Amino acid sequence: MQMYDLPDNLGHFGPYGGTFVAETLIDALDELRAAYEKYQHDDEFKKEFAYELKHYVGRPSPVYHAKRWSEHFGGAQVYLKREDLNHTGAHKINNVIGQAMLAKRMGKPRVIAETGAGQHGVATATIAARYGMECVVYMGSEDVKRQAQNVYRMKLLGATVVPVDSGSKTLKDALNEAMRDWVTNVENTYYIIGTVAGPHPYPMMVRDFQSIIGIEALEQMPEMTGRQPDAILACVGGGSNAMGIFYPYINEKNVRLIGVEAAGYGLESGKHSATLTAGKAGVLHGNRTYLLQDENGQIIETHSISAGLDYPGVGPEHAYLKDIGRAEYVSITDDEALQAFHDLCRLEGIIPALESSHALAYAAKMAPRMKPDQILLVNLSGRGDKDMHTVAEKSGLKF
Amino acid sequence: MSRIAATFAALKAQGRKALIPFITAGDPNPAMAVPLMHALVAGGADVIELGVPFSDPMADGPVIQRASERALAQGVTLMQVIEFVKEFRKTNNATPVVLMGYANPIEAMGVARFADVAQGAGVDGVLVVDYPPEEAQPLVKLLDARGLDTIFLLSPTTRDARLEQVGKLGRGYLYYVSLKGVTGAGNIDTVEVARRVDHIKKFTTLPVGVGFGIRDAASAKRVAAVADAVVIGSRLVQEIIDAGDDAPARLQALLAGIRAGMDSPMDAAA
Repeated sequence: MQMYDLPDNLGHFGPYGGTFVAETLIDALDELRAAYEKYQHDDEFKKEFAYELKHYVGRPSPVYHAKRWSEHFGGAQVYLKREDLNHTGAHKINNVIGQAMLAKRMGKPRVIAETGAGQHGVATATIAARYGMECVVYMGSEDVKRQAQNVYRMKLLGATVVPVDSGSKTLKDALNEAMRDWVTNVENTYYIIGTVAGPHPYPMMVRDFQSIIGIEALEQMPEMTGRQPDAILACVGGGSNAMGIFYPYINEKNVRLIGVEAAGYGLESGKHSATLTAGKAGVLHGNRTYLLQDENGQIIETHSISAGLDYPGVGPEHAYLKDIGRAEYVSITDDEALQAFHDLCRLEGIIPALESSHALAYAAKMAPRMKPDQILLVNLSGRGDKDMHTVAEKSGLKF
Repeated sequence: MSRIAATFAALKAQGRKALIPFITAGDPNPAMAVPLMHALVAGGADVIELGVPFSDPMADGPVIQRASERALAQGVTLMQVIEFVKEFRKTNNATPVVLMGYANPIEAMGVARFADVAQGAGVDGVLVVDYPPEEAQPLVKLLDARGLDTIFLLSPTTRDARLEQVGKLGRGYLYYVSLKGVTGAGNIDTVEVARRVDHIKKFTTLPVGVGFGIRDAASAKRVAAVADAVVIGSRLVQEIIDAGDDAPARLQALLAGIRAGMDSPMDAAA
């Protein structure tokens, strides 16, 4: 493979990506692209971003050798990239800081965001508070019910949370509604998309801001283990934590990149969110990518125990990496993810997010079949405090 | 000459402006789709924009979102919408029909196959909301080869370089979205619209239709004074759902009122 240099100037990753939006949004996207091109290589911008990541987020996030969990498998050594230790408890904040800094420079005093589980909404509300910006978060009314605590967190941080009642009342509908807000209020509003999807330049820009995860890991792994890992695993909903850790490794050809999707109740049940595993190409939310859709091209409702993976699309760069074979995509059921969740709690004293538990669960499948001198690196993209309700309910408990 | 071009040419000769109503196909139910199309013609429609329901209508406001949801809940598909046109053509061979919708149902069918069946059914034009010129070339090629028009949107924020690009790629007519926002929003500023339409005309010889924010005879008349066509959607979709079984008659009456307003002498309704 040649040096990887995507997307092209129209935002295409092979046949995926692009700018599939109504004409009414084109000018706003042009303005955003111009601003990103200007600041992406600007020294002052880069310096401020690095400062924020260090002093506000707490980066670099450590890499941790999960020794007891590895011994439990008796195979490969498993290392964890601890994005769960970031301020606000997940990788989401990396991207939000970058985009909010851009919004400030573009003179937009109002930011909007979509959220599913609430993690991206909380990260956006956090930065809006930090920068003194007005913040409106769109959230499917079903998710508002399921994630009452995060809704309250956003309100505490001064954001307005707008429940979205259209369609399936979940993340995809929140995204539709945020787009509608943006097109209406484009002069004063910046739309902070939380994942590596949407129209160009979002998939590229969010990847770039998240790539700090992989850039750190590239340095940390040799320091800790003397070499790069045999494989890197990350969960994939929209796919921002996975792109963040994969991207700097794309040209490291000996490192397998494995994206883990949510198989929900099982692929055969039809109730899952495994877009790359079971979907087909189409156009949604401004980009061409794999989608979960019916035979008539209508987007179907997805399921995962983790709200953050419960999305019928996926970032277009993942679609491309799958097609060219540079990354592999697999899936893990709700039950398998829960097992990994409990194991990590008990054996390592770390409560992982249910999203990240999918990546952990696949590592748990791989590790026993590998040699003790082999190394897996799992992106532990978030912590599980937000999931207490879901996990307790699964165990038959109610708070 | 395409049916759309012929329609605009005839109107121009009569010194009249085109009235282009939009309805969502299959709302409130599939059985009413074709009767509603005929009601639009009886009410004075020159071109019909037939909305293809989609699960994620990002550019639409609540009225058309709900219409899409109602149609989808009754299993309406793109193929069925094309069948509605075929049925309509059995008794109307004159009124152009433009399918308006989102890319994914078309891509799921296959763009080439879509172009074939749309042509076979007597569809005249296609407007894919989320295919801006950057992504629309393959569709334009396929539709051109079959004599179908690809209709494009323009917005208040569309810059000159793009006006030129869209002017070249567009067929049939151009649809100027008069407001920042989604369908069904706000009120229209006719002075600003007049200024923009004049500007757009520097880049194209195509007729320019104006939509978004037109709700009644008075606003339609003001827009007709400055554009080649008046597009009205959300107001009609709302009428259909309010009217229930009475929808064809009430839709026809509503549209006839708007038509009368558009055709009345300038001082009468100003």
